[in-house]
Amino acid sequence: MESLLQSLLGDNLLTVVLYCALPLVFLLLYALLAILGEVKISAWMQDRLGPMRTGPWGIIQPIADVFKLLQKEDITPAKADKFLFNLAPFLSFMSAYAAFAVIPFSSQYVGADLNLGLFYLLAISSLNVAAIIMAGWASNNKYSLYGSMRAVAQIVSYEVPAAMVLVIIVMFVGSLNLQDITTAQSGPFWNWMVFGGPKQDVVLASGEVLSASWVNLIFLPFFLASFLMYYIAGLAETNRTPFDIPEAESELVSGYHTEYSGMKFAMFFMSEYANMFLVSAVVAVLFFGGWNSPFGVYLGDAFDAPWLVAVEQFGWLAFKGLFFVFVMIWVRWTLPRLRVDQLMYMSWKVLIPFSFGIALVVGFLVVIL
Amino acid sequence: MELTILFYVFAALTLLPAFVVVFSRSLIYAAFSLLFTFLGVAGLYVLLSADFIAVAQIMVYIGGIMILLVFGVMLTKQATDVEVSTGIMKTLPSLIIVGFALGTLVMVVTGAQWPQEVLQPEVQGTALEIGELLMTTFVLPFEVAGILLLVAVMGAAMIARKPNEVQS
Repeated sequence: MESLLQSLLGDNLLTVVLYCALPLVFLLLYALLAILGEVKISAWMQDRLGPMRTGPWGIIQPIADVFKLLQKEDITPAKADKFLFNLAPFLSFMSAYAAFAVIPFSSQYVGADLNLGLFYLLAISSLNVAAIIMAGWASNNKYSLYGSMRAVAQIVSYEVPAAMVLVIIVMFVGSLNLQDITTAQSGPFWNWMVFGGPKQDVVLASGEVLSASWVNLIFLPFFLASFLMYYIAGLAETNRTPFDIPEAESELVSGYHTEYSGMKFAMFFMSEYANMFLVSAVVAVLFFGGWNSPFGVYLGDAFDAPWLVAVEQFGWLAFKGLFFVFVMIWVRWTLPRLRVDQLMYMSWKVLIPFSFGIALVVGFLVVIL
Repeated sequence: MELTILFYVFAALTLLPAFVVVFSRSLIYAAFSLLFTFLGVAGLYVLLSADFIAVAQIMVYIGGIMILLVFGVMLTKQATDVEVSTGIMKTLPSLIIVGFALGTLVMVVTGAQWPQEVLQPEVQGTALEIGELLMTTFVLPFEVAGILLLVAVMGAAMIARKPNEVQS
């Protein structure tokens, strides 16, 4: 992908910028789809029709929404800290977008093929907390401040089990590189981590060989449990229902972005949707084979077209990611909100002990097998 | 060429907020500026091919600053309104301390063997080597640091408890 851009534009700064901006194009299109998905799915789940007037069945509603947000007046509250108030939405989206650098969209495209991919992902997504607390404090509004305090407490708590689950996968594959983790699951769907990892030897992207056999089926219950734990922790980190107490509408208006409107609100909105896709994509990469086709074969191979293989791989990752985003929306319109104490109980007394236990067992099994 | 520009970008990102940390009268501004300083330092580490240290820097310090901010705002009544004094106090002791620090830094800078040619940073994995060293050569310091942190956590939990819970 990078060589293609280089042959088109030459080896200059423009190439690098374009290469880095590709996920942004995807994110903008995905956000439109996700906004429509949220209103339509919630409507169907509540036996309503949802927006019906803009276009056939209301399918251009998200575009109308975006135009509305674009032309709204840019308001900064008089008593707010203006500099931090304006900086926070950008910091929030920056942290969400920076994490996309290490997501392997296909075997040919990954923004930065870091060997420390997962560790970087954990570190950079904690920047979002900084943006939330900056927004909450700079708004000079008690609801915003309460919302951001709750968000920080929640995200810091749920980072621990999420990190432990990542450690489990890293121990099994022996690499922090997301491209390596994806390659380890190549072949048909029973090689995915959620089904116990690869069943025959695989050569990783780094050139090392990961030896595996059908004995790996013993990992199935552990990886299935870790997938569920990671997904729950991911829901909490993106502040989605049932963990949406930082934005609890009935208590806090809308939490840390109460005072925001127009484009600055749109930035927070974008970063929330980007984070949803990020968590979903990480779930897809870690447990559901990333860009690997579930059948183990690609249409492009039949026609001897490598570019088609890359497009198919991107399609599979996008499909898996969007599926988990759909599950998030489904959960949001099904479950009620947890209380603060239930939330903390869930993290510290359920997820953390179980994730440590699974990490111990998997580490032991990796050593003896 | 690009690396030189990047170096200056990261150096500016490190130094400009550092000035705000020192001279700002608002605690919140100082804390948020510290965050950007650490981000800039992480960028400098990447330019020095120390990718693991860079990510650890972001992970540890940014999380740490957030906790500092949260508890600063939650546990003190007017942390946000307090004007921090940035005037010159206790000139002689501070001069001595700063003089020692400056002297050490100058000694290190002048005594170091600097590479004569510009090295291209190789972003190869340092995590593997660091992990192996921590588990073999430096396993004792690593474990001692772990125990130290555990003791700190337990101490914090003891302090945070209500007195009657401790007795029973």
